[in-house]
Amino acid sequence: MSVYTQGVIALMGVNILMALSVYAIVMADQVSLGNAGFMAIGAYTSAYLSVKLGMPIFPALLIGALAASFIGLLIGIPLLRLEGLYFVMGTFGFGEVVRTFFMIFEPTGGAYGFRGPVGATMPMIYGWVLVLIILFWLLSRSRLGRSLDALRDDAEVASSIGLNVTLLKLGVFWLGSFTAGIAGGLYAHYMFYIESGNFHILVSAMAILCVILGGMYTFWGALLGGVIFSILPEVLRFMGGWRLSVYGSVLVLMMIFRPSGIISRHMVRNAGEWVGGIFRKASS
Amino acid sequence: MLEIAHISKHFGGLKALEEITFHVKEKQIYGLIGPNGAGKTTLFNLITGFLPATVGSIQFLGNELTGLKAHKIAKLGIARTFQNIRLFGTMTVKENILVAQNIRARSGVTSLVQLFSAKERGFEEEADDLLRRMGLWEKRKEQSLSLAYGEQRRLEIARALALEPRLLLLDEPAAGMNEAETEDLLDRISEIRNTGKTVFLIEHDMNVVMGICDYISVLNFGELIAQGTPDEIQASEAVIEAYLGREEE
Repeated sequence: MSVYTQGVIALMGVNILMALSVYAIVMADQVSLGNAGFMAIGAYTSAYLSVKLGMPIFPALLIGALAASFIGLLIGIPLLRLEGLYFVMGTFGFGEVVRTFFMIFEPTGGAYGFRGPVGATMPMIYGWVLVLIILFWLLSRSRLGRSLDALRDDAEVASSIGLNVTLLKLGVFWLGSFTAGIAGGLYAHYMFYIESGNFHILVSAMAILCVILGGMYTFWGALLGGVIFSILPEVLRFMGGWRLSVYGSVLVLMMIFRPSGIISRHMVRNAGEWVGGIFRKASS
Repeated sequence: MLEIAHISKHFGGLKALEEITFHVKEKQIYGLIGPNGAGKTTLFNLITGFLPATVGSIQFLGNELTGLKAHKIAKLGIARTFQNIRLFGTMTVKENILVAQNIRARSGVTSLVQLFSAKERGFEEEADDLLRRMGLWEKRKEQSLSLAYGEQRRLEIARALALEPRLLLLDEPAAGMNEAETEDLLDRISEIRNTGKTVFLIEHDMNVVMGICDYISVLNFGELIAQGTPDEIQASEAVIEAYLGREEE
């Protein structure tokens, strides 16, 4: 495998994690445009810990993600009072605050960026992808996951059957910011260098597009969206400047023909039954 | 059981409810009737914490409900249905029941790792029983919104029952149903009372409630105009006037 291909695949893992971080919050019927901010906190915190304090990569990643999710809880408490577009605007504001903070914050390099974190490998990135996929899979089959579905279907009715809607929203916001923090830490330690521009609003927007394209009602959608949006730019590279137009057209067509994304819950259920059927046949 | 005292609800200058006082006794079927716009659903919304009361107190088994959040009130043992049916649309029939058990089941983060416990099987069986009782078991795998209208209403009641509430609030349960469906529904409501639950229902169609309720209050323009047994209500001048208007002298 060429170094170039390896790079594309490794970053695909980071993109999948970012898509999952958006999906986490989408589970509570909210769209966050600030996940690049959590990614930045995870990236800078873990990079600082491993470069300046010599911490091994695993605890550095974990602390970076915990820092991101702690900030997530802090801003989640006021932000989750907002709904719909207001929430989107609020998270957008947060993301930009974080980005400009790291642009002027001298201890992590300011506008020069931060050099030196090393040690993330492709298997390590996909190890984290696997862990989070398992977590989301368990969640999707659990009572907690069903509570989230209820909240998404009708928050008022969800509270009438005894579900603490505020706590559920805060919980997925924590999960989303944690996941983005992990993605940021891995990104930093894979690229050896980060700057505030890496955590631009467009990174958040891309992660949202992954979820919209892949499917908004199952984490498999975020996974597929992350894969497609990582490979598509490489496949379309021969088009040069027209690439982005094609990109946009694909999205518009998707919205017209399959507004809830490629993978639906129905497909997941059928696929599950099909796989189950194969196993039953094999064992009989 | 449910004590409503001097409750008023104003929306700006509009007085939706004014000085409402009455109480619902345990194991009663209590009916609140009144023409459309009388404030019935507003009262339900106050009881279940969907809206804050302007003044007054609502007590349930000794607990003050005003100021509590909706999910806390549900935990105290009050479940409700809605006038315009509100099911969880992305879920199947049975899932609508299972999610309503979350209030009693382990449904926090620990639920991620305990999927096949004996307790969970108990909940599954309980959901099946409930669906059988409401005549929905054959449709348990269908998408909730694909059910016929009358079935959706029954499912909504079943979902409320899955909370194992002590008090069940039904907001116009017979709305939009034909006579046979209404009969069937009233039988089921009687059965629910016979299992030891208290039922408090809203209805604008007087004929629906007369046969089934033990006690009735009548609301008109936000004020209580009569209270009594079905016979007393049927004879009440004020009620007849509210529904039919005053006779010309």
